[in-house]
Amino acid sequence: MEAFLSSAVSVAFHGIAFGMILYVISVGLSVTMGLMGFVNLAHGVFAMAGGYVLTSSISRFGVPFPLALAFAFIAVAAGSVILERLLYSRLYGAGDLAQVLLTIGLIFIAVAVARMIFGTMQQPVILPDYLKGQILLLGRDFPAYRVFLIVFSAAMVALLWLGVERTLWGAMVRAAVDNRSMAQSVGINTRRLFTLTFALGSGLAGLGGALGAEIIAIQPTYPFENLVYFLIVVSVGGLGSLRGPFAAALLIGIADTACKYWLPQYGVFLIYVATIAVLLWRPAGLFGRRA
Amino acid sequence: MRHSGGYRADPRIRWPEWLPWIAALAGFFLLPEYLALGARILIYMLFALSLDLILGYAGIVTLGHSAYFGLGAYVAGILAAKAGVTDPLVQLGAAAAAGAAFGMLTGAIILRTKGLTLLMLTLAITSVCLEIANKATDLTGGADGLAGVVIAPILGLFRFDIFGKTAYVYCLVALFIGWWLVRRMIYSPFGTSLTGVRENAVRMHAIGAPVYWRLVLVYTFSATIAGVAGGLLTQTNQFVGLNVLSFESAGELLVMLILGGVGRIYGAFIGPCVYLIAQDLLAKQFPEYWYFGIGLLLVVVVMFARGGLLGVADRLVARWRSRP
Repeated sequence: MEAFLSSAVSVAFHGIAFGMILYVISVGLSVTMGLMGFVNLAHGVFAMAGGYVLTSSISRFGVPFPLALAFAFIAVAAGSVILERLLYSRLYGAGDLAQVLLTIGLIFIAVAVARMIFGTMQQPVILPDYLKGQILLLGRDFPAYRVFLIVFSAAMVALLWLGVERTLWGAMVRAAVDNRSMAQSVGINTRRLFTLTFALGSGLAGLGGALGAEIIAIQPTYPFENLVYFLIVVSVGGLGSLRGPFAAALLIGIADTACKYWLPQYGVFLIYVATIAVLLWRPAGLFGRRA
Repeated sequence: MRHSGGYRADPRIRWPEWLPWIAALAGFFLLPEYLALGARILIYMLFALSLDLILGYAGIVTLGHSAYFGLGAYVAGILAAKAGVTDPLVQLGAAAAAGAAFGMLTGAIILRTKGLTLLMLTLAITSVCLEIANKATDLTGGADGLAGVVIAPILGLFRFDIFGKTAYVYCLVALFIGWWLVRRMIYSPFGTSLTGVRENAVRMHAIGAPVYWRLVLVYTFSATIAGVAGGLLTQTNQFVGLNVLSFESAGELLVMLILGGVGRIYGAFIGPCVYLIAQDLLAKQFPEYWYFGIGLLLVVVVMFARGGLLGVADRLVARWRSRP
């Protein structure tokens, strides 16, 4: 019993850490899809870019860890604005197929570029000393980095929710998600709003990729391999909502960790089956607004 | 122009439509050392044709069409390697039946949804198939692939030879039958109703068309063809690898079709031909640049040449005809 409890606590802990990372990465995708209806399959590229920025700025230039995190956020957000202005903005309202193709093209390009610059090897994450080791909580040892990860992500999530619920920008985003043409006609510049939101969402993806570099390995095939996870979070959670993907990310994080721990032979199989079942039961996701 | 099929179009076969077949036959006699590549191209043409039917005509955006291709490939392979069924036509029939059954089952489920949910479901179904193929090593060989595929002579007469002559003709015949069926379907009233669903599903509902069942039917038919294409791949390679089910191979298929042109039958012929020949020439020397090039190509086609190569050709012809 004690052994089971201990492994259950461990699974829950690691699952929550994984779920938090999934949420920080995917929340931007949920907002982009909800706001502009853009099917952005290349969202994982931003997360991968964040991971590469973090690992290489630490290992090659000796940048301190907190600064490297901030740098990952800023660099990815800035890069995403360029992509949005150059490519994405031309395909708003162009239909699913064109958007799917463009973003698959971006994935292929990103994978090739990552392989040319960094090689096929997984990038090691060099943690500062104060994030190594264990932390004693309630009589159990927990890896310090995962604790930091959960606390930091939770703080980011709280900040984001506060921003969306309490600020003028948040009110404008919510208005535009609910009814874009109405928001436009009361004078909201939805294009600029969208560029900003896109940058924020991509920056968060970069931050999530950087934070989770230890959990989700940073390697060139990242955008392909993890695409399904990000899409599951968004589609199960429901487009355009903040809370839905949060619940979905935690559920998936815990379920995935539990499956890998107790039923390794079924691997991710059960997750996919559960996703299919949920989407058949509620096609707009668990917390989706539109049926 | 992207033709809309059905009542508006003349269903008779025009002379340019015979050109691919003449080229294929000429290739058989003139380029005997490239017949293996040729058979591969023919198989992917059939596969791309099946995708064109649902993507180009019915407007179902899917990322999971490799599920049916892979299923057909594994059914044919398992029959040949494990069950001792060596007759190629029986294997192909089984691959087709498996594709049809799985296509109808999954189609009936996923076609109730649309947009992102549909895309997600197709991706999830393919991932489940990949996971099963990966884990059921007794049956599929897992990541090592399924070797030991034995193929008896076709009809007891034509042995699969080392030069790939039999395989090439065999694939050509299969492609011809597939092309004829797809063409018939597109030029029928049924095909017109599919185009109607693609253009405006709400209006099709309003005029009383059974939208859902039309989509399920065409999806099943397309999955059947994809299953046959998978079976052909197994028989010509005498091997099945896990990558037939991967997301990359679904992506590559999309690239081929987009490159040729969506919703115009012959885009599915031009695309795989250009793509696989380019891959044969370039991919081994420059693997990194190859994927970079594919990505760039996709972006360029989406941004500037939505109709693919055939769309560009159409525009050039139109400009040439309208010159003063």
